[in-house]
Amino acid sequence: MHELPITQSILEISLRYAEQAGAKRVTDLHLVIGKLSYVVDDSVQFYWDMIAKGTMAEGAILHFQRVPVEFLCLDCSHRYPVDDETLACPHCQSTRVKVASGDEFRLESIDVETSDTSDVNSVEK
Amino acid sequence: MPLNVPIVENIMNANDRLAQENHARIDAAGMFSVNLMASPGAGKTSLIEQTLPRLADKLRVAVVDGDIATSFDADRAAAAGAQASIQINTGGECHLDAVMLRGALDQLDLTKFDLLIVENVGNLVCPADFRLGTHKSILIASIPEGDDKPYKYPGMYRGVDALVINKIDLLPYINFKMDFFQRGVEALNPGIVTFPVSCRTGEGLDAWISWLIEQARKER
Repeated sequence: MHELPITQSILEISLRYAEQAGAKRVTDLHLVIGKLSYVVDDSVQFYWDMIAKGTMAEGAILHFQRVPVEFLCLDCSHRYPVDDETLACPHCQSTRVKVASGDEFRLESIDVETSDTSDVNSVEK
Repeated sequence: MPLNVPIVENIMNANDRLAQENHARIDAAGMFSVNLMASPGAGKTSLIEQTLPRLADKLRVAVVDGDIATSFDADRAAAAGAQASIQINTGGECHLDAVMLRGALDQLDLTKFDLLIVENVGNLVCPADFRLGTHKSILIASIPEGDDKPYKYPGMYRGVDALVINKIDLLPYINFKMDFFQRGVEALNPGIVTFPVSCRTGEGLDAWISWLIEQARKER
């Protein structure tokens, strides 16, 4: 797919939320990507390392949570994992199905450091 | 332990937001709009050429054509009777996005048309991921592409509202198993409205035209 514009969008969203949270550094990003979203993890990380340079998200680690494809049968409500061979419902052979999961494509959360949190950490430990 | 900031924001949000704006503009003008997608050579421009004369006196049509280069397609749409035709050259991009369509909408007086046909760049992968803001997405499949395309390009087959199957006049000459093709379509997109046509002979086009007119009437 289009990893560079995608990565730019991820950077824009994470910086926006980091600023709102008063962060001084973004350390980790948690992405949820369904297998139907054809995104190449390594490629996103590659662009990330280039475009995040000089921002507070420089060096942040991208974590990709891959969500497998599951269909929901509209006839018998059976939910089942999908591979290339089985598209129809294995329970009742119906082809009236819809995607139940696998098309996710979102940034779920980021881990940030604020001057406050590092103080809290030192107190806790 | 650092602070975790919850986000849950869709990564394609920027394009989707612009697509919504396009949709609102098209709606406000009382226009019906379609996004035609297909692989190169499936017959997007041919379908437009066959459609426009059949809509003459019924709907006023504007065509927006997306291609990497040339204005061949916009020229063909104009010659076939489009009241306006605009060529977008994507300069290498393999799909149209909402920003490009917005630029084209800026060049049109939207109140002068009933139907907007957007012809996307020939590609079965990327256009599926970039919403434009049109009312309906339409995929044109064609017999010579082969009957395995739904299985190989599920993203495209899954996201469309209607399917035109072009070049059915070639069925006697090509090993295309319609059953196998339609099983794949049905699994990905149950109940999708389908129009088998031949842009060469004109077979099946009446049903397609009636559907377009009906959809446009509903929208007004």
